[in-house]
Amino acid sequence: MATSQRSKKTVATGRPEDHVLSAELAGENNAAPRQPELGVVGWLRWIWRQVTSMRTALLLLLLLAAAAIPGSIFPQRSADPNGVTTYFQQNPQSAPVMDKFQLFDVYSSSWFSAIYILLFVSLIGCVLPRIAVHAKALRLPPVATPKNLKRMPAYLAVKAGAKKRAVALDDAYRLLKSGGYRTVVSGNSVAAERGYWRETGNLVFHIALVGVLISVGVGGAYSYSGQRVLVEGDTFVNNLAGYDSFNPGIAFNESQLTPFSARLDKFSVSYDLTNPTNIGTPLDFRAKVTLQQRGSARTSTQTIRVNQPVEVPGSKIYLTGNGYAPVITIRDGDGNVAFSGPVVYLPQDSNMTSLGVIKVPDAKPEQFGILSFFYPTAGTLKTGALASVYPDPANPVVTMNIYKGNLGLDSGIPSNVFSLAVHGLKQLTGGKTGVKSIELKPGQTATLPDGLGTVSFNELRRYASLDIDYNPGQVYVLIFALLALAGLIMSLVIPRRRVWVRIIDDGYELGALARGDDPQLDRVLGDLVNKLEAEYQSAKAASKGQEATEE
Amino acid sequence: MQVHLNEGLSQLSLLGIYAAMALYAAAFVVLSIQLSRAASEQAKLRKSAGVLQSVGTWLTVAAALTHGLGVVGRAIAAQRVPWANMYEFAITGTFVVVVIFLISQAVRKDIRFIGTFVTGFVVLVLGIATNVYYVEVKTLMPALQDYWLVIHVTVAILATAFFNIAAALSITYLFKTAKWQVEPKGAIAKQVWFKALQRILKAFPAEEKLERTSYRFNIIGFILWSFTLIAGAIWAERAWHRYWGWDTKEVWTFIIWTIYAGYLHANATRGWTGKRSAWLVVIGFAAIVFNFTIVNLYFKGLHVYSGL
Repeated sequence: MATSQRSKKTVATGRPEDHVLSAELAGENNAAPRQPELGVVGWLRWIWRQVTSMRTALLLLLLLAAAAIPGSIFPQRSADPNGVTTYFQQNPQSAPVMDKFQLFDVYSSSWFSAIYILLFVSLIGCVLPRIAVHAKALRLPPVATPKNLKRMPAYLAVKAGAKKRAVALDDAYRLLKSGGYRTVVSGNSVAAERGYWRETGNLVFHIALVGVLISVGVGGAYSYSGQRVLVEGDTFVNNLAGYDSFNPGIAFNESQLTPFSARLDKFSVSYDLTNPTNIGTPLDFRAKVTLQQRGSARTSTQTIRVNQPVEVPGSKIYLTGNGYAPVITIRDGDGNVAFSGPVVYLPQDSNMTSLGVIKVPDAKPEQFGILSFFYPTAGTLKTGALASVYPDPANPVVTMNIYKGNLGLDSGIPSNVFSLAVHGLKQLTGGKTGVKSIELKPGQTATLPDGLGTVSFNELRRYASLDIDYNPGQVYVLIFALLALAGLIMSLVIPRRRVWVRIIDDGYELGALARGDDPQLDRVLGDLVNKLEAEYQSAKAASKGQEATEE
Repeated sequence: MQVHLNEGLSQLSLLGIYAAMALYAAAFVVLSIQLSRAASEQAKLRKSAGVLQSVGTWLTVAAALTHGLGVVGRAIAAQRVPWANMYEFAITGTFVVVVIFLISQAVRKDIRFIGTFVTGFVVLVLGIATNVYYVEVKTLMPALQDYWLVIHVTVAILATAFFNIAAALSITYLFKTAKWQVEPKGAIAKQVWFKALQRILKAFPAEEKLERTSYRFNIIGFILWSFTLIAGAIWAERAWHRYWGWDTKEVWTFIIWTIYAGYLHANATRGWTGKRSAWLVVIGFAAIVFNFTIVNLYFKGLHVYSGL
């Protein structure tokens, strides 16, 4: 990025990039100006040169690549919060230390941020002067023909008589001009340059990257992402209380949540039923929802699918997961309903064996909790244990292990609704108790041991995990990214090239110089000579009054 | 939504891949002999190298045709694009590498020297693919049923292929400029194999040419890789409700992009051209291989499509 094109006398070394490469620039790259006293301003200038030098940019890029690696090795809070929790449980000694070094938040860590901010400072510091130089270059005529064309990386000398020499300059001017060159005749030579778009593209690329960064930052600040598990028949209302979990950006304001509601009417899954090796593989998930704006009587019914989010005003609703939610009713020992409703079970395998937890703190005479498995299509293993053999509910069965004792919900410490701390509780069914686990099919009721009451499996529903997301920056991220891509292509593919033609005593000579990589450079001059010759011949033919054989 | 997988055809496709492997292996052997003959001191042997070159090239073409049938067969058997798991990505990816190599060779003769590398590499990848990554044809999981699977992955495969050929050229460059090779010290210079290696390397194009050709393949690869990244973000926004989330695969796509961006800067930085930038190409390609193998199989993330 850094070193700008200050020198007009760029010496070609055949290096495939745009800038640098002038012997003059060498000193600048090696940085330290050799004045004996630098002073404060001198030092600042020296530091600025270091920061904006190409080598710094290169090192920062490589450093950024290396710094990104730990985030793929250790679980990240942003992408995998459960993984972080698990890591802490498994490595209680090292995890807190690693956390100090922000190894679980690599991409928002101070060290990662420092690298990319420095990189962008370097980028801006490099690009700004280059914009000025380029803007000037766009206004100036092409560089005058050098004295010694022979030193150019491509050079040709053509012998020509006086007649040819007389028209060669005009012809060359015309041909180069129509070939997209900026062309100027001065004295006995033509100077031409093309490919200004190369540098333009390069600058656009770098500026667009700044645009991407700003869009990511600003967009992230105003964004939010909320999750909600919605059981069939339930309605989600878009306010903070409606979410199971919610991750706002730093500038998020609750008024951003547009008032709408969404009811999950039905969740359905299509399975592969035709291919023997593939039976039971889900092919399609569909969540049919009814949407309604607050204050409006109009409702609309839409289907959310994977890859097909539904747009609602101000956000999009995505389908991110699904599972079963058996509707359970529990009456306690006194005959009162202590629990009733759908219970969200978490899938444990591809056949949707699911784990659910029910806590009944209000039961009389005693509190109890239930660890439960759900098998959509229950089959019996050789060991006698149940297992799900198919993910669709062909033979749905719920099994339950009952744990009696203080559930600890009154202590005020928030507890995970998806897990039951069995420590300190007395297990009454399943496992080593000798009492068989409770097994229920839809519509069945069982009596709980120890006079705890009864439990019923009323019906089976499905649930959908929905993600409601809003990010105002992403459109701009995309626009800038595409702009960067366009700039990149321009800067890498368009050749920047200077061509000179000069009349000499016994003919004319041509020289060409490329800035950056130019696969065609060697061919350019030969082609130009051929065209000049053709031009001359056709003009000659025309002047002789014969049939012109133009083109 | 129901798709009829054709397992018979997928078995035939696998057979095609095996046959292609045999032909690539044959091409590899012939091209290796060709290299050693081209480097021979005896004029007669050097002459025979030309014939071997043609034989090697035509073997590669035959292998590519068989390979192509295998890929197409797999696609028809699965009724979709043949790159939804690691096995399919590997067979399609290597096929694209070979096709790009053969086209480049037709356009620019210099590049034929890396034929040995390309065929050898393809045999290796196909060997791993058929032995370790193989899975029967499966229907697509819902997240993959999207036209972005065609766009995103096609471009990723193309980018990988260009990077692959560039890496071969840069590795050759590094051998050619290696100090131990150019100015050998001690007994090594008298070894027969060393002399042969030196002669072989002499037969390759000049260093500068290798460097430039590698650069040209790399810039195409870089443009395609940038597009892969953008296309992936667009798809992620639809499928995963965010355009970028530092998923392990996203992280590595970013790392690779950054390494090659560094490489482009290295090419314009004094003291970083030549060997250092060639090493960056090798590191970049190593990251791509790492991304495809280790990240796919052992890292936790959303891109869990290995099918294993």
